[in-house]
Amino acid sequence: MNNILQLVWLIPVMPLLGFLINGLGRKQLTKSLSGIIGSGVILISFVLSLLVFLQIGSNHNATVHLFDFIKLNAFTIAFDFKIDQLSTLFLLIITGVGFLIHVYSTAYMHDEDGKDFAKYFAYLNLFVFSMLLLVMGGNYVIMFIGWEGVGLCSYLLIGYWFRNADYTDAAKKAFIMNRIGDLGFLLALFWLIAVVGTVQYDELFTAGNLAKLSAFDVTGITLLLFVGATGKSAQIPLFTWLPDAMAGPTPVSALIHAATMVTAGIYMIARSNTLFSMAHQTQVVITIVGLATAILAASIAIKQNDIKKVLAYSTVSQLGFMFLALGTGNYVAAVFHVLTHAFFKALMFLGSGSVIHAMGGEQDIRKMGGLHKHMKITSITFLIGCIAIAGIPGFSGFFSKDEILAGAFAHNPYIYSIALFAALLTAFYMFRLYIITFTGSFRGTHDQQHHLHESPKAMTIPLIVLAVLSIIGGYIGVPESLGGSHQIGMYLAGVIKAEPHHLAHNTEYMLMGLSTGLVLLSILFAWMRFKNYKIESDSKGLGKVLENKWYVDELYQMAILKPLKSTSAFLNKIIENRIIDGAVNGVGKLVNYSSRQLRWIQSGQVGAYVLLMVIGMLLLFFIQLFL
Amino acid sequence: MDIKLYIALALTLFTIGIIGVLVRRNAIIIFMCVELMLNAVNLLLVAFSKMHALSAAAKASVNYASDAQIFVFFIMVVAAAEVSVGLAIIVMMYRNVHTVDVNFLNRLKN
Repeated sequence: MNNILQLVWLIPVMPLLGFLINGLGRKQLTKSLSGIIGSGVILISFVLSLLVFLQIGSNHNATVHLFDFIKLNAFTIAFDFKIDQLSTLFLLIITGVGFLIHVYSTAYMHDEDGKDFAKYFAYLNLFVFSMLLLVMGGNYVIMFIGWEGVGLCSYLLIGYWFRNADYTDAAKKAFIMNRIGDLGFLLALFWLIAVVGTVQYDELFTAGNLAKLSAFDVTGITLLLFVGATGKSAQIPLFTWLPDAMAGPTPVSALIHAATMVTAGIYMIARSNTLFSMAHQTQVVITIVGLATAILAASIAIKQNDIKKVLAYSTVSQLGFMFLALGTGNYVAAVFHVLTHAFFKALMFLGSGSVIHAMGGEQDIRKMGGLHKHMKITSITFLIGCIAIAGIPGFSGFFSKDEILAGAFAHNPYIYSIALFAALLTAFYMFRLYIITFTGSFRGTHDQQHHLHESPKAMTIPLIVLAVLSIIGGYIGVPESLGGSHQIGMYLAGVIKAEPHHLAHNTEYMLMGLSTGLVLLSILFAWMRFKNYKIESDSKGLGKVLENKWYVDELYQMAILKPLKSTSAFLNKIIENRIIDGAVNGVGKLVNYSSRQLRWIQSGQVGAYVLLMVIGMLLLFFIQLFL
Repeated sequence: MDIKLYIALALTLFTIGIIGVLVRRNAIIIFMCVELMLNAVNLLLVAFSKMHALSAAAKASVNYASDAQIFVFFIMVVAAAEVSVGLAIIVMMYRNVHTVDVNFLNRLKN
């Protein structure tokens, strides 16, 4: 029974090993070797995760203690792994999708130098290691180590092409925004330790320890945790880093900025569901933020022309959906959507990578068009992704999104209607993207047209696998009303003790019919609007606002960066240059001046020296006598 | 005799010595003024020694009274040695620059 759990530490150690080998031997390893090592270690982790999954089943869980990490007088933070249904599910997503993306990367990054190629795989392996630590950690501190680790790897990989100053700026932006969120997480940990005295999940989520928290504590802690989640999972107000993060290589966007890292916030809240269910104010905040993010990002995505930017805003929007589910107490739906989203969003990112590869680095969809003829596999798999995310019945996105929407409806019909509108926008911009990119006629240069080709097998096979998963991935969560048994809900029942929503079957049918019908209409509308796509002139009014992403970046620039910069300039000019430098230089000048004056004493006249000596002696004499 | 007279005499001699050192430029005269100061101190030592020799504590011990007077001899010996060195320097100085004016020798500067 316990044999595989004893090997569970190997799951994160394998990618760490890959990181060390690739990182240290990057100058010696050949490209194919570092690709094999990089992907191989993830494959081993995946197999181990699969074994753990089989072992754990739906009714076991275990805490594997490795060693004591921090030992204080009466307070110990253990380094242990919590293996239960939730973490196992994430293990499978991370290692499974991660492995496919590693394989894809071997082909996508093939033009890099051997050294950079190995560096890329080293970073990617380090990322997987950190992410595994994040989801396997048995307490918040271990989670925080992984949390910081993925932030670092995200920074390193966004800035992978660091010779381009814009890319390093994007990397810095991502890192700093994440740090703001991390601060919230850290404060929540301090608060927890101060009040409860433990961060171990097993101990924390017991009735006795939870009773130690006052209502104010619970709200404060959950809000701070949520601040951490907004940073990592790109929610308002900290979402602007994610679109800029598309500066990294496309597989990185697929792995880190779509499938895994950005879902860390959702994992964290799902993990702390007991805590969040106690904090109703926080749930309201999460619902509002999630909803606002979903709609804001979806509206921006409509007007973006960079293929990866559309997908990035789509990711932000989908994450908003997940937070909406979390806020309405529908934790299972959020995790379910993480799973399906990991499949179809990774698929679409990899598909866009395949397109970019064929276009020789071009990312502007205005210069594409008619690519279906040239790259059928990419086109079809991408279409499957679009259908999945749009929520057409039968594909994975339908089940998970429908569950979120149903939960929202059970909570509040107004929330439902706004969320539904965001879902329609999703279908619209995804099909706009597909239609402009893959149908119609080619709008790029002649050279590019000549160069168009289907990507190599290492890229298309992951696409096909992910496309299959995007179709069937939803069937683990078929709702009761459709004759399913909602396996994922039952599977996670041991971890997530939230009350599921109850809707009459007829209501559910109506909701499904409504959303499906409207989604089909919006797809039809997209088809009518973009089938004869011409490069449009600059849009005006709302379109221009959307094109400029609601001016959020500019707003931050005005509201935060400018005051900060002028304050620093003031401090630099006045405090630093005048006062501090003045004091330091003043001391030097004083010594200089006084010594120049004292120099006159040293006249060289023996008589003068003797006179001074006598005066000195007389002074001492007087001091002795009269003072 | 009253000790104060001795002190006054020693002080006078010492002051003359100091003033001599300060105002005169002739090296030999400065030298003599230094000797004058030394001897002012010697005089004071002998005077105090004599004064203490009359006290009760001194009468109990044989050595006590003569300590300062022996010290004076030492000072004289040291002074004699110093004089020989100092005069030698002055002779050398005169040989080199044909003057014994100390202000002429302000080349310590720079």
